Amino acid sequence: MKQQSTEQLIDSLARGLAPVRPLRPPAVRALWWLAAATMLIGAVVLRWANLAAFAARFSEPRMVLEGVATLLTGLTAIIAAFHLSLPDRSSLWRYAPLPPLALWIATSGLGCLEHGVGLGPAGDRLGESGRCFMFIVVVSVPLALVLYAVLRRARPLDPLAVALTAALGVAALAAFVLQFFHHFETTVIDLALHLAAVGAVMGLAGMSRRALA
Amino acid sequence: MAPLSRSEQQEAAWALLMRAAQAGDARCYEQLLRAVTPFVRNLTRRYCRDQDLAEDVVQDVLLTVHRIRHTWDPQRPFSPWLASIAARRGIDRIRRASRIARHEVSDELAVETFATPATNNDSGALQAIETIEPLLAALPERQRLALEAVKIRGLSVAQAAGESGQSVAAVKVNVHRAVKALRKLVGAADGQ
Repeated sequence: MKQQSTEQLIDSLARGLAPVRPLRPPAVRALWWLAAATMLIGAVVLRWANLAAFAARFSEPRMVLEGVATLLTGLTAIIAAFHLSLPDRSSLWRYAPLPPLALWIATSGLGCLEHGVGLGPAGDRLGESGRCFMFIVVVSVPLALVLYAVLRRARPLDPLAVALTAALGVAALAAFVLQFFHHFETTVIDLALHLAAVGAVMGLAGMSRRALA
Repeated sequence: MAPLSRSEQQEAAWALLMRAAQAGDARCYEQLLRAVTPFVRNLTRRYCRDQDLAEDVVQDVLLTVHRIRHTWDPQRPFSPWLASIAARRGIDRIRRASRIARHEVSDELAVETFATPATNNDSGALQAIETIEPLLAALPERQRLALEAVKIRGLSVAQAAGESGQSVAAVKVNVHRAVKALRKLVGAADGQ
């Protein structure tokens, strides 16, 4: 009985079959998305960032390492999300962003130690960190929406893994862009709020994973 | 050149059929689905011992293959792509079954719903499928997908929403509209 209905299902699926265009390889799709995001982010940075202040901060090797680790976290997470969206790619891709993420946290943490306990001067420091939180969330959300629209084409079988990895990617990219506008040393509060912002973006993505399926 | 092994020949044949199916060749697609069904059945029985449940997974796998057939890259082997879908759907089914088992009790006698034996006969259901299939095909795609998921495959509205990419509210509305449209279609068919 069940096998008969499987036969009927096959008939109905074959009836009226529409041609489809296979998706391009995930790395190619990821690179196209990253190229578009780079142009958008580049325009914003060139228009509003204080590049002289950025260059002065990045004369320090630790800051370079932190920036590279943040950028690598974003890049690997986005490439991983494209791979994870397909059924026949390794699920190990979900771990690809973890090494640069660990380096990012370690170098930021080291920065906090270098600057004492790192709570920073009293006054508006928490307010600045609060703005960092908002910056990461506000930059991540539109990037994530565009990324979702592209990833959704694959109709991922495990939308949660794809959503979380993609969210980590855009949040890390947003944190990298933040470096162009961040004119003070990272403190413990900053680091905690940067990570909280990444967590918040991932939480939002996890909740909206159904949009990917 | 060494002759191809049986599994290599099978892989090459399936890949050829799938390429044609992606180009829209319905006959090749039907041939492919019939050819892969025993393979999928074997895989799904690893996840479900119950034959009926395993067949449900087979159907779910075939529906998923249909829905995401554009994700197979013709440069890559076909069988691992198909096996990943079968594994994923098998795992989903185990999770769903264990979730249901936590909340429901089973009663063997409950299968017998009515005292009259004819009402418990499956042939009526088969006839109903034959009658309803052309009517389902006449529905708009989103309504048909929502109705099939919720009313035929027995998914919850949330699961149907997750699978079809529609919102929960949209699934509810589409099921409602589909039932309404089916009533009209059945009425029209009876009137003829």
